Amino acid sequence: MKRRKFDAAALPAKTAGAVDDRFQVATPLRKLLNKVFPDHWSFLLGEIALFSFVILLLTGVFLTFFYEPAMTEVTYDGSYAPLRGTPMSAAYASSLDISFDVRGGLIMRQMHHWSALLFMAAIVVHMLRVFFTGAFRKPRETNWIIGSLLFWVGFLAGFTGYSLPDDGLSGTGLRIASGIILSIPVIGSWVSSSIFAGEFPGTIIISRFFIAHVLLIPGLLVALISVHLGLVFKQKHTQWPGPGRTNSNVVGERMFPRYALKQGGFFMVVFGVVALMGGLFQINPIWYFGPYEAWVVSAASQPDWYVMFLDGSTRLMPAWEIHIPIGNGYVIPPLFWPTVVLPGILVGLSTMYPFLEARRLKDYKHHNLLQRPRDVPARTAVGAMAVAFYVVLTLSGGNDVIADKFHISLNAMTWAGRVGLLVIPPLAYYVTYRLCLGLQQHDREVLAHGVETGIIKRLPDGRFVEVHQPLTSADGHDGHAPALDYVGWVVPKKMNRLGALGPAIRGFFYPIEKPAEAPVSPGHPPVEPRPEREEISSGESRR
Amino acid sequence: MSTHTEHQAQQGREPVDVNDPRLSRFDVVQEGARRDDIEIVHYEEQVVPGSKAERRLTRTVALMFLLTGLFATAFLVIYIWWPWQWEPGRGGDKLYTPLLGVTLGLALLGIGFGILTWGKKLLPKEVSIQDRHDQVDNPEDRKITGETMLYLADELGVKRRPLLGISLLAGLAPVGAVAAAPLIGGLIEQPHKNNQMFTTGFAPAEGGEKIRLIREDGRPIRPADVSVGGQLTVFPGIEGGVSNKHADSPTLLIHLREDDAQKSRAANERKGHGDYMWGNYVAFSKICTHAGCPASLYEQQTNRLLCPCHQSQFLITDNAKPIFGPANRPLPQLPIEVDEEGFFVARSDYTETIGPDFWERP
Repeated sequence: MKRRKFDAAALPAKTAGAVDDRFQVATPLRKLLNKVFPDHWSFLLGEIALFSFVILLLTGVFLTFFYEPAMTEVTYDGSYAPLRGTPMSAAYASSLDISFDVRGGLIMRQMHHWSALLFMAAIVVHMLRVFFTGAFRKPRETNWIIGSLLFWVGFLAGFTGYSLPDDGLSGTGLRIASGIILSIPVIGSWVSSSIFAGEFPGTIIISRFFIAHVLLIPGLLVALISVHLGLVFKQKHTQWPGPGRTNSNVVGERMFPRYALKQGGFFMVVFGVVALMGGLFQINPIWYFGPYEAWVVSAASQPDWYVMFLDGSTRLMPAWEIHIPIGNGYVIPPLFWPTVVLPGILVGLSTMYPFLEARRLKDYKHHNLLQRPRDVPARTAVGAMAVAFYVVLTLSGGNDVIADKFHISLNAMTWAGRVGLLVIPPLAYYVTYRLCLGLQQHDREVLAHGVETGIIKRLPDGRFVEVHQPLTSADGHDGHAPALDYVGWVVPKKMNRLGALGPAIRGFFYPIEKPAEAPVSPGHPPVEPRPEREEISSGESRR
Repeated sequence: MSTHTEHQAQQGREPVDVNDPRLSRFDVVQEGARRDDIEIVHYEEQVVPGSKAERRLTRTVALMFLLTGLFATAFLVIYIWWPWQWEPGRGGDKLYTPLLGVTLGLALLGIGFGILTWGKKLLPKEVSIQDRHDQVDNPEDRKITGETMLYLADELGVKRRPLLGISLLAGLAPVGAVAAAPLIGGLIEQPHKNNQMFTTGFAPAEGGEKIRLIREDGRPIRPADVSVGGQLTVFPGIEGGVSNKHADSPTLLIHLREDDAQKSRAANERKGHGDYMWGNYVAFSKICTHAGCPASLYEQQTNRLLCPCHQSQFLITDNAKPIFGPANRPLPQLPIEVDEEGFFVARSDYTETIGPDFWERP
């Protein structure tokens, strides 16, 4: 009998062959490995949201092992002495247990909270990037809509999660939410009593929020995120204009290995930063707030940052009640406008924006090249207006804290917010529009006349002029360098961008000597190999 | 396969035989990329193999990975042995979470930056160009798919047999309703059960017995318990009166100074609430009429009550009328008196609706 020799080296090839025999994966896998991604720092913002979401899932699953979604009254008997003997809901008691009686529970809770804040922040910043560069244009309108929905679904996820510990602060938030629901005309009281199973707070809302927070909303988020990524994959990423980059190609790196390594490394960095924040920066210390009691609140109770703009709009709303004198009389309370109508308008406007813009510009073509914000002043200005609107509302959401810290009258802060909300956005529009035009003009100026060298020349007639370095050496018809066309990408405006100055010496302990980079636009590796630089010498050969 | 050769023919390239032993592995990779319409136009090693720079970078990456191991081990050691149970005072247990965060964070940053350095510094730089193919490159396909789908409708014959379609819709509509019914039917609640939105815990008991005002700890209150200018949060003296079961009942009992009390009494009379005060004492609902937060910041000097959530301000001496902020309705006033034993009681329930406004509030 012959002993068959086990050949370990042939094992991977053999296994791969066996897999391919059965599933025919070689071709699709090659396509995946080879897929080209364009690279730019601004393309990584969405990834931060994705990575935070993964961290949210990981830490969230941990928390569910210890959290008890019940409003049954219990008496606290955990290790946090100041609250011992206090009657509270089981939800709050188990949240305290996660913080004090589960090993490593507190860091998990804090990482969960921080990554939730980061998730929302990354979504917003990513959305701004997409907006200002025109990445939402055809064929990517669907992904823009999904992205906007992700913000609102994330908002719901955040709010339901924030309510779960059932502490003093979150209960107050919940009460405001019930007030908001009540304010909806005609059906408000029915919706509210259906959600809370009777009058606020009832005994079941925490259980309902729990299942929404751990199953329904994450399920929706996973679905939306999958479609979002799938569409990015299918439609291929947009890219900045530049040498060799056209509307019908993608210039970048293949997905494997370099691009994937960078993504993986970036995930670990995001994860690490969240871990540092979760460990070092206290967030939502529920044990200071006490259990929720309907009659207790503290000053400076602010919601999480992504809710603050709605809190701000609520604070700024004047007390305009609409009374409908039929029968006993009906009321539309002022709370309805800033908390139900305003978000409704924001959702509508933001999701429809790509279509509105296409309609206005009569532009129904495919766009795979990004635009610099300055090149589309109207859009950039509209975006600046929206940001200004949002910032005024968010600041107003903390206007009591600002009033307190800076010794300003609270009423003055409210009035400043009311006036600011109407005045600052149009102002932002105007200023941004002018800035865009100015930047455009400067680009054209440099393309036509060259870069300012900082060298002053005296002319024979006594005038002083600054010498400009033209960007092209080709001679025009009158001896001047011809004006270059603007191609939608960065125009070099400093001499060292042209390679006139060597780069600063790099290296921390000892200089790393490297030849200067060939003059290329930033973010672009040169398409052709760099020309060898000649050594600067005294002119005579050493040899 | 034919499409590849066609494509290569278009680009004027010879088809490559990937089994050719003279090809390097990179040649095969490049050929694979070409078959996916990718041209690797620039591929440049960043470090010369065997150079000092390569060795230095390798050492750096290795160091980061080793640091990761070190910090991860530290994390485990701290996790297991560091005192973690909460103790009063500034004990070492307060450092437990920060230490876990620092070690975990640095361990993860170590892997992260290690991988990033590996990818960004040690791997060759490349520029590849891939065709997008995002335009409709074959209008015929579109036509065929469209026709196929229309043919589906022909096959089903809904046009010729409209009864099928109509009856199917008629049959499915109730099925959809059946799916929604348990959800809606189970969740829906009549909001005005027991008139709950218009009553509070201060509603007199069934025998007409008046409800006492009590403190948080359940003790009833005598007028002398609240000093002049002072205020106290009070609750209905019934079972669960202090708890969230009666979240609409917390009330603020204020002992006004003489001149403020006169103003307040005059305002009460203007409104037809002449007998709501008892002596110089007034009681207003603590639940803000705007969004339901407890309006609990009482400024003695100006007799203003401020809600800390959205800064509505109510003037206590003028029937708690809203004078600033988003609230549109005064805080309801609780009519109070003192019973024969000398404790505060509510003469009746609130006569106005408590809390945030809603559509059918009269």
